[in-house]
Amino acid sequence: MGGERGNGANSERGRSRFRNLWKPYSRVPLLGWFFGALVAVTLERLAGTPLAQFLGLQKIPVLFGFSVMLKNPVLIPNVILYTLIIYGVPTAVATRLCIPLANGIAASLFRFPMAVTAAAHLALLYAILHVWAEISDYRVLVLRLTLIAVMLTLSLNVINGYMGEFSCSHPGFMALGAYCASVLTIGLFVNAQLLGTASLPAALGPFLFPVALILGGLVASFGALFVAIPSFRTRGDYLAIISLAFLFIVKSLIENLEFVRGPRGLSGQPDWADLPTVFLWTVLCVWSINNFVRSTIGKALNAVRDNEMAADAMTVDTRRTKMVAFLFGAFWAGVAGGLFAHVMRYVNPGNFGIQNLAEVLAMVYFGGLNSVYGSIVGAVSISLLGEALRPLEIFKWIIIPLLLILVMIFRPTGLIAFRDLDVANLLKPKPKPDGEG
Amino acid sequence: MVIFLQNLVNALQWGSFYALIALGYSMVYSILMLFNFAHGDIFMVGSYIGFGVSMGLIALASSGVVALPNWLILVLTILFSMFLTSFVGMIVERVGYRPLRDAPRASAAITGLMIGIILETGNLALLGARRVSFPSLIETTTYNVSGVFVTNKKIMIVLVSLLLALALHQFVRRTKWGMAMRAMAFDFAVVPLMGVPLNTMAALTFALGSALAAAAGILFGVAYPVLDPYMGIVFGWKAFVAAILGGRGSVMGATLAGFLLGFTEIFVAMIFPSTLRDLIAYSIILLILAIRPHGFFGEPYSARLRL
Repeated sequence: MGGERGNGANSERGRSRFRNLWKPYSRVPLLGWFFGALVAVTLERLAGTPLAQFLGLQKIPVLFGFSVMLKNPVLIPNVILYTLIIYGVPTAVATRLCIPLANGIAASLFRFPMAVTAAAHLALLYAILHVWAEISDYRVLVLRLTLIAVMLTLSLNVINGYMGEFSCSHPGFMALGAYCASVLTIGLFVNAQLLGTASLPAALGPFLFPVALILGGLVASFGALFVAIPSFRTRGDYLAIISLAFLFIVKSLIENLEFVRGPRGLSGQPDWADLPTVFLWTVLCVWSINNFVRSTIGKALNAVRDNEMAADAMTVDTRRTKMVAFLFGAFWAGVAGGLFAHVMRYVNPGNFGIQNLAEVLAMVYFGGLNSVYGSIVGAVSISLLGEALRPLEIFKWIIIPLLLILVMIFRPTGLIAFRDLDVANLLKPKPKPDGEG
Repeated sequence: MVIFLQNLVNALQWGSFYALIALGYSMVYSILMLFNFAHGDIFMVGSYIGFGVSMGLIALASSGVVALPNWLILVLTILFSMFLTSFVGMIVERVGYRPLRDAPRASAAITGLMIGIILETGNLALLGARRVSFPSLIETTTYNVSGVFVTNKKIMIVLVSLLLALALHQFVRRTKWGMAMRAMAFDFAVVPLMGVPLNTMAALTFALGSALAAAAGILFGVAYPVLDPYMGIVFGWKAFVAAILGGRGSVMGATLAGFLLGFTEIFVAMIFPSTLRDLIAYSIILLILAIRPHGFFGEPYSARLRL
């Protein structure tokens, strides 16, 4: 979408032309972009394979062709062409064409209660993701893992961003949730040698799966108490150390529990965490965390972060606030862990180590502290970048850290820090302002 | 009793690695109030630099240019590597910490973490995934002291690390630079106004810590001569916990806590199955921190709250 940028001598004219081209897009509501994206992904579904073959690519480039480009640089123009034809141009054209329509629909949707409006948008977003992901199993997997990463990042942002502490125990909470949910689902619904025969019919499973996830989350919150009680006695860096010790303890505990097969890991989780389930849970997570941080207790949390003494003087119950926020973050980490276990259908204690911690921290600080937007952006971009740079093998782990160091140096709080996610503002129609043209 | 003494000897050796690494964490933490999460990987880099230096010196000795006895090679390796690794530390400070001096402290922790990952991966990319084995420079002699086996390497490791810790303690207590460091730990904001160069002090702190980490890396290579790029992770994070356990900015505290961690780990492994080592060791640490949140020698936070 950036082909019309002016260059060189006529840059002034080019810039104004570019501005004119760009101008209508400022009136596109979110719904309009969704329409455009839906057109693009449908087009890929219908015409992707022939076009890819015509351009000399073996099959549809799965992740916008990054891996193809890195493996075989000769194909770079073809991949760019493919991306432009399938994604760039159709999105731009369709979005441009349906501005009035999208604004009209958005305006009529906007008259309904906010829940209905949001649900309609989410349904459309899901449709886009579904059509996009259906092309290959790899896309479905990457998408599900990305959504789980969004949940994890958001829940860590509640603690590290909104509360302003430095918690290192997130993989530990995730492990607790993952193992708890796995034990429940495997024990109750699967004939495994681990926990005997299934005691409940498998047909009941998908209905009780949320219960297992929630129980996993609650166990993670319970584990969080062991970090919270000693470390909230004093302000300072003790949460970092105690949570780090907690991470090691959880990992070591699971390694020593023969009941969950120790370091060999737990496998055979039923395949219930499909794309709609993960999407729904992610929406639920974003919704609840966004409401949490915008609630009174969320504001109190920010007050505690900025100055605990002043917050205390202003009648904020600092200890309770911190405790609630910490357990809340741990709960969602546990749920994300449970989903992770059922997406991978195998977990072992090695999944939840320092490496995992570094990844989640990278996502939080890359995206931006104290911001729901930022966490979504950070989680999505780091996960997709990680997948896209996979052909570079280990050099991936030089590029991503370098990128993060640059972000930290130039924007120390992350890309999109300290911004509210205002759903009403996001979804509202953007009609032509009065008195113009 | 013999088993106890034998384990005590092993624990002293194991603890001296932790102590040396913890000192670096502790110094950076006391002066800049930052976690240097790259420190474990500096330990790894120091170990590899030691490997390179010793290989070079061995080649030099065998070519017959200068006659170098093996013990001299070891001493020179330790000194050279400490010198070289201190530059690695200063580079880490310059790249990852100095630009973030005014940023939230957690951001600097993240750059440290990322530099650590770059060091690991860079090492993997440069030298490949195969493990290198540290040249054995001194012959292992085992002394049997009424049933307890003590090797000359163990004695050397413990002595060298105690010596280095003592040297650092003297440096911090007696010299002008050390005084500046202590002043800086006392008040980070005002002391630079008194003419103490902040950047120089930060670089010095990183250099000293890295030199000690390099010494730890070489001693580790002497004791367990297999190096791999991820060896810094386990040691680094554990030593970090030890550094905090010792109390902020206390040389003695960090050394003691490092040895204590070594003792706990070895003795837990002696009494219980060794897979429970981390579980019990960290539970004990958690308990200690719950009772004494500011560590052994640290001051309580309420006395000097810094936001």
